[in-house]
Amino acid sequence: MKKALIALIPLAVFFSLIALLYINMGNHSEVLPSPLIGKPVPEFEHQTLYSKETLTQADFIGEPWLLNVFGSWCPSCQVEHPLVAALANTGKIKVVGLNWKDEEQDAKAWLQKWGDPYHEVLVDYEGDTAINLGVYGAPETFLIDAQGIIRYKIAGVLTSQIIRDELLPLIEEVSL
Amino acid sequence: MLASIGQFLLILSFVVATVLMLVPMAGYFKNNDSMMRTARPLSYLLFAITLACFLILVSLFVMQDFSVTYVWQHSSLELPLRYRITATWGAHEGSVLMWVTVQALWIAAVAKYSRSLTLSQVSRVLSVLGIIATGFIAFVLFASNPFEITNPAPLDGRDLNPLLQDFGMIIHPPLLYFGYVGLSVAFALAVSALIGGQIDEKWIRWSRRWTNIAWAFLTIGIVLGSWWAYYELGWGGWWFWDPVENASFLPWLAGTALIHVQAVSERKNAFRGWTVLLAIIAFSLCVLGTFLVRSGSITSVHSFAADPFRGIFILVLLGIYAGGALTLYALRVNQLRSKDAINLESRETMLLANSVIFITSTFTILLGTLFPMIFEAFGKKISVGEPYFGLMFFLLMIPMAVLLPLGAQMKWHKDQFSAAVRQLMPHFFIAAALTVVTYWLVGGMNVRATAGVFGGLWIVSTSIAQVVKFPGKLNAGFVGMTVAHLGVGLFLFAMSMTEHKDIEKDVLLMPGQTTQVAGYDFTFNGVKQVKIENYQAQQGSILVSQNGQEIVELNPQKRFYPKQQQPMTEADIYPMVMRDIYVSMGEQITDDGGWAVRIYIKPMIRWMWFGALMMMAGAVIALFSKRSKRQEHQQVNQVMQERLEIS
Repeated sequence: MKKALIALIPLAVFFSLIALLYINMGNHSEVLPSPLIGKPVPEFEHQTLYSKETLTQADFIGEPWLLNVFGSWCPSCQVEHPLVAALANTGKIKVVGLNWKDEEQDAKAWLQKWGDPYHEVLVDYEGDTAINLGVYGAPETFLIDAQGIIRYKIAGVLTSQIIRDELLPLIEEVSL
Repeated sequence: MLASIGQFLLILSFVVATVLMLVPMAGYFKNNDSMMRTARPLSYLLFAITLACFLILVSLFVMQDFSVTYVWQHSSLELPLRYRITATWGAHEGSVLMWVTVQALWIAAVAKYSRSLTLSQVSRVLSVLGIIATGFIAFVLFASNPFEITNPAPLDGRDLNPLLQDFGMIIHPPLLYFGYVGLSVAFALAVSALIGGQIDEKWIRWSRRWTNIAWAFLTIGIVLGSWWAYYELGWGGWWFWDPVENASFLPWLAGTALIHVQAVSERKNAFRGWTVLLAIIAFSLCVLGTFLVRSGSITSVHSFAADPFRGIFILVLLGIYAGGALTLYALRVNQLRSKDAINLESRETMLLANSVIFITSTFTILLGTLFPMIFEAFGKKISVGEPYFGLMFFLLMIPMAVLLPLGAQMKWHKDQFSAAVRQLMPHFFIAAALTVVTYWLVGGMNVRATAGVFGGLWIVSTSIAQVVKFPGKLNAGFVGMTVAHLGVGLFLFAMSMTEHKDIEKDVLLMPGQTTQVAGYDFTFNGVKQVKIENYQAQQGSILVSQNGQEIVELNPQKRFYPKQQQPMTEADIYPMVMRDIYVSMGEQITDDGGWAVRIYIKPMIRWMWFGALMMMAGAVIALFSKRSKRQEHQQVNQVMQERLEIS
């Protein structure tokens, strides 16, 4: 009897593993809604890259804005950069960059090379705000409404499809 | 047109695999010889069809048939021919088709080289392999069909991922698949044995050879993957404990445990259940690895595109294969009871200890790989990386390194620990003395490096002693074991050097400027634009010299592939006997041509891979063991085929 039970152990371990994998599969997704959606932007206080002003979340209240987390070290940021610029150029929304875990020199060189579409570039070299925002990899983009509430988040590269189908309709909604 | 033929052959192969899965097995249960005899021809037929199917996909790439979705997604007009061929297995659909083809090749090989088995054994083994093949062909057919058509066809394709446009990528995946799929033979044997409720030495010896070959392929596949990551990713690292790497390492660890336990169970009626269980675990981990890589359950630098349907599909396959096998195991293992007594002080015990160490390592790495998922299930995100894996693996390899020489020293059946330890004692001191010398030569090492160096020297010293002690002992089993163990020692020593005595320097270099690293002068002679095949690159020129003597000019590149809009860092490496000089370029920093340049000095990294290749060579040499043939004869004559019938 005891032997029969021991022989069952591998099967039991295996099925708990399968259960874990199964539960996880539905769970893991890059469009997993951030728990921050519907919540206010976490408090922050950052210098800007060029003007060295110190800005806080309160300075952005009054109109909707898009927060784009990027770094000069991140190849995917470069991939989505033309789209971010195109979106900023439409004038439909104010785009703010969060320069994450970067070096000032590198960030400036990068923006010079690929263009600077940002209304402001906030500097987060320690990564504090990124942690509060639950950023787990650049690029990530947040849509924040005029009251400072996070309305939308996308982890990973923006595509024209995402912008067209998801982001632009939401931007129109929050701009009303 | 050709694509439709491919599609048709794929369906045909599914039918043939299904017949192979059902008919010989039914023949076994009905005791019908003619049904069992269909197993071999069906296996050959299956291989012929899948091979044709695979070759058709290759031709579609070569001919640039962009009406096939998979082709235009992963090729382009500018892609050079050699990469058009390798693009066939460069992405998900084609790589699964390649898996299926390799699986069919192994099935055909098993059908051909299994004369020592009885008809009832062969038909069961081939049928079980048929189950595996059917599952994977269904996966290709229903969830990842490479022959899907796009209408109208685009004029040009999207090009292959630049990371995969590389020689290492051409041969790394096929070798790895040979290894993964090869472990299915041991698995099929284990399942067939459980179905029949009996297993004998001859059968285990037969499967041990297949396990050895599979393990050798896995080893070289992993080495090539490591080499590729080293020069292609531009980070100077050779192992990242990335989930995808772990996916290939887990079956290797379990396979290592398996070949060592098989060494006992092919001689004696012992550890039968354990052998069977390890074979099931090793192959299940291959399928699990496939799941992890292809389901998107885990975030990794080189996982395939996520697709939940594919994930579910592989999970179901895993459930059927591993779940089915483990259920059989639970029901039947007690009938495979081992009869021979094992002395505590014997090589058998040491080999058992080996398997316990390796299977513990397997589960430690598996846990680390899955840990982020466990946390995610509770809505948290964490990442487990080098600190965990590095430390755990280090701790687990201590008993391995300490016990390895003792295991090789102990005699079969009955020996004494104290006698073996006494024999090994001098080598302990030799290794300790050489460690001190090394410490002095390289100028200090940390605890882990010192332990690694000592472990390596200890294994090398004792292995050489064995050769000296038995100079005439030239049977393949012994030579293979010794070569593999020397490889382990060399690997440990070189890996400790590479990991702990490497030098890394990031510098900003202006054209004409020189920097010094580890006694070498690196002179930066600026960057020029080049256009090669399907990419443009900014190619740096860095002159390496020592004491005014020029050594080499290195040309690292910053490539840009316009089709994929993707930049790539291409390091340039100067390999030397004792160290590699590795240079890669970051970004241009200043307007007047200043670049961030990363310089690495990697001591003994070639020796590390060479050590791994020696392990592989050991496994291959052991295949030629005469011992097994002689014993097979004995077995036929004697009544040694004590089989354990179902009661």
